[in-house]
Amino acid sequence: MAAGVLVVTEIALGKPVAPVYELLGLAGRLAAGTSGKVEAALLGRGIEGCASDLIARGAERVYLADEGALADYEPERWVARLVRIARESGPAAILLPHTTLGADLAPRLAFRLDTAVAAGCVEIARDSGRLLFTRPCYGGSFRETLSMRTAPAVATVRGGCHEAAARDPRRKGEVVRVEASTAEPAPRMNVVARERTVSDGMRLEEARVVVAGGRGLEGADGFVLLAELAQALGGAVGASRVPCDLGWCPHSMQIGLTGKTVAPEVYIAVGISGAGHHMAGCGNAGNIIAINTDREAAIYGQARWGLVGDYRQVIPPLIAAIREIHATARKSE
Amino acid sequence: MRIAVCVKQVPNPDTPAAVFRVDETARELVLPPGQPLAMSPFDEQALEAALRIRDELGGTVGISALTLGPDASRSVLKHALAMGADEGVLLADPALLSGDSYATALALAAAVRKLGAVDLVLAGRQAADTDAGAVGIGMAELLGWTAVTFAKEVRVAGATARVTRVLDDGLETVEAPLPLVVTVSNELGAPRKPSLRETMRAARKPVAAWGAGELGLAAQRAGAAGARRVRERLFVPARESHCEFIAGATPQEQASALARCMRDAKLL
Ligand SMILES: Cc1cc2nc3c(=O)[nH]c(=O)nc-3n(C[C@H](O)[C@H](O)[C@H](O)COP(=O)(O)OP(=O)(O)OC[C@H]3O[C@@H](n4cnc5c(N)ncnc54)[C@H](O)[C@@H]3O)c2cc1C
Repeated sequence: MAAGVLVVTEIALGKPVAPVYELLGLAGRLAAGTSGKVEAALLGRGIEGCASDLIARGAERVYLADEGALADYEPERWVARLVRIARESGPAAILLPHTTLGADLAPRLAFRLDTAVAAGCVEIARDSGRLLFTRPCYGGSFRETLSMRTAPAVATVRGGCHEAAARDPRRKGEVVRVEASTAEPAPRMNVVARERTVSDGMRLEEARVVVAGGRGLEGADGFVLLAELAQALGGAVGASRVPCDLGWCPHSMQIGLTGKTVAPEVYIAVGISGAGHHMAGCGNAGNIIAINTDREAAIYGQARWGLVGDYRQVIPPLIAAIREIHATARKSE
Repeated sequence: MRIAVCVKQVPNPDTPAAVFRVDETARELVLPPGQPLAMSPFDEQALEAALRIRDELGGTVGISALTLGPDASRSVLKHALAMGADEGVLLADPALLSGDSYATALALAAAVRKLGAVDLVLAGRQAADTDAGAVGIGMAELLGWTAVTFAKEVRVAGATARVTRVLDDGLETVEAPLPLVVTVSNELGAPRKPSLRETMRAARKPVAAWGAGELGLAAQRAGAAGARRVRERLFVPARESHCEFIAGATPQEQASALARCMRDAKLL
């Protein structure tokens, strides 16, 4: 029976996104003690250099498709190539990060391979030979554990749920090129415009500190204050769905079930009530700090520290206090 | 032009989780009697997208609402008809129920084939109960059509759709030829409320009910028998957080105390 695990690499700014390393760590643990290998599929343009990075993180074989046509994610080209890679690799499971790309790609791949998909997993375990996939459902309030009757199982995995594979440059692995085939159909869809949200360079998903605002901010101005707090902490700003829907901030800032998954060391939730839908995207943060006027808010049930108060009165002195601590620390160095 | 919209009945997503009970043996969620059921919000937005296309293109656009679910799902079709859909299709045959994304996509794709001459299938990006997000894309794969996901806007001109998609870091607009499946995200905006006039008319709109036989699906491929995913367990995740409330007579004092907690925990 197949036991290998194939990780599909998503690239941003020229390197694998952080969850890919977590998937390699997970794949290593799932394949350990079996005959299966940890393999990675690497698609894109000018990404050949990432192959050694994936190997250092535990991939024993990297299937590489490096060409202009794959520069931007285009589902039909990617699926066609990944189907060929999956047939050659024959894994027990194919893992993808639970990002927009992963959520778009995984079901396509599963149906094309005539198998099934588990989306947004938080845990994957091996239990006497079979794989078990645990994922949030019903808006994040419940969890289900699934097994699959067909192989390979395809799964997207939320970021921050698994320890990343440590980098070890002595690791060895092979690189197998997978060239375009004439049988690959031309994509039917065509990108005519792309509009990236300008960010100051820090990816929300990779920030060590995230300051997130909710309906309690009562307007776009609140986000100016949150940006200042995030800056003092060297972090990024996120949001619950409400401010995104109301146009106070871009949709790319949405955290939650249908937004981004973040797992920073510190998550400061400001004016956020703590709905299951929201917590599905940040419940794995190391330390949750809640600032809310309502002492009964659900968010406090998941927070390490709670500050009951109006954010307008609390955040300015908090920024000042943090800056003061930083200044004192610098002086004593 | 014909648009098929896939709509699912789910427990009202605003129902507090504490109201539900987990039946560990059946591995099902039990909703106490009388709790409201609703159309999954993203499906409501998919229907809204269809209605906007018809608003723009006019009377030549026909909209069919499709649902797979128990008999009680009739009410979700009623809601769709009251919002403005022209006809409903109910797949309530027990042989089709209790499947997974695969079995559901298979049945809905068969229903789209049976409807015939469908140019566009719209579905929510995911159902608000399973949160899986595979049925719409799966239907496209089974029909051999293109799928465009996470739509914020869907427009049709001639034989081409123009879809604005929500990405992790912005937006993208794609063009794709019909027939096509589009999954719709909440960024599309609020769906319309049924008007009194449409609600009155809805009672006279046709609703067809098709079973596995009419869809040409063999029993072993449909519903629970055809499912590839098995739910082994359903449970409430453990939360082991104990919140320490920050004391202080003034906001300034609270803020300084919080900053000190963060410093002492080496988080600054
Ligand atoms: C299918 C589905 C998917 C969803 N996906 C997501 C998702 O991905 N992400 C997401 O976030 N939501 C999502 N939601 C919405 C979710 O259910 C909640 O409605 C939403 O998270 C609530 O946002 P909020 O906490 O900002 O607002 P509210 O619940 O309204 O909370 C506002 C909070 O602000 C506090 N407050 C008010 N004034 C102040 C003040 N001056 N200072 C401090 N605190 C103040 C209030 O006490 C309250 O607790 C989804 C919903 C559905 C149905």
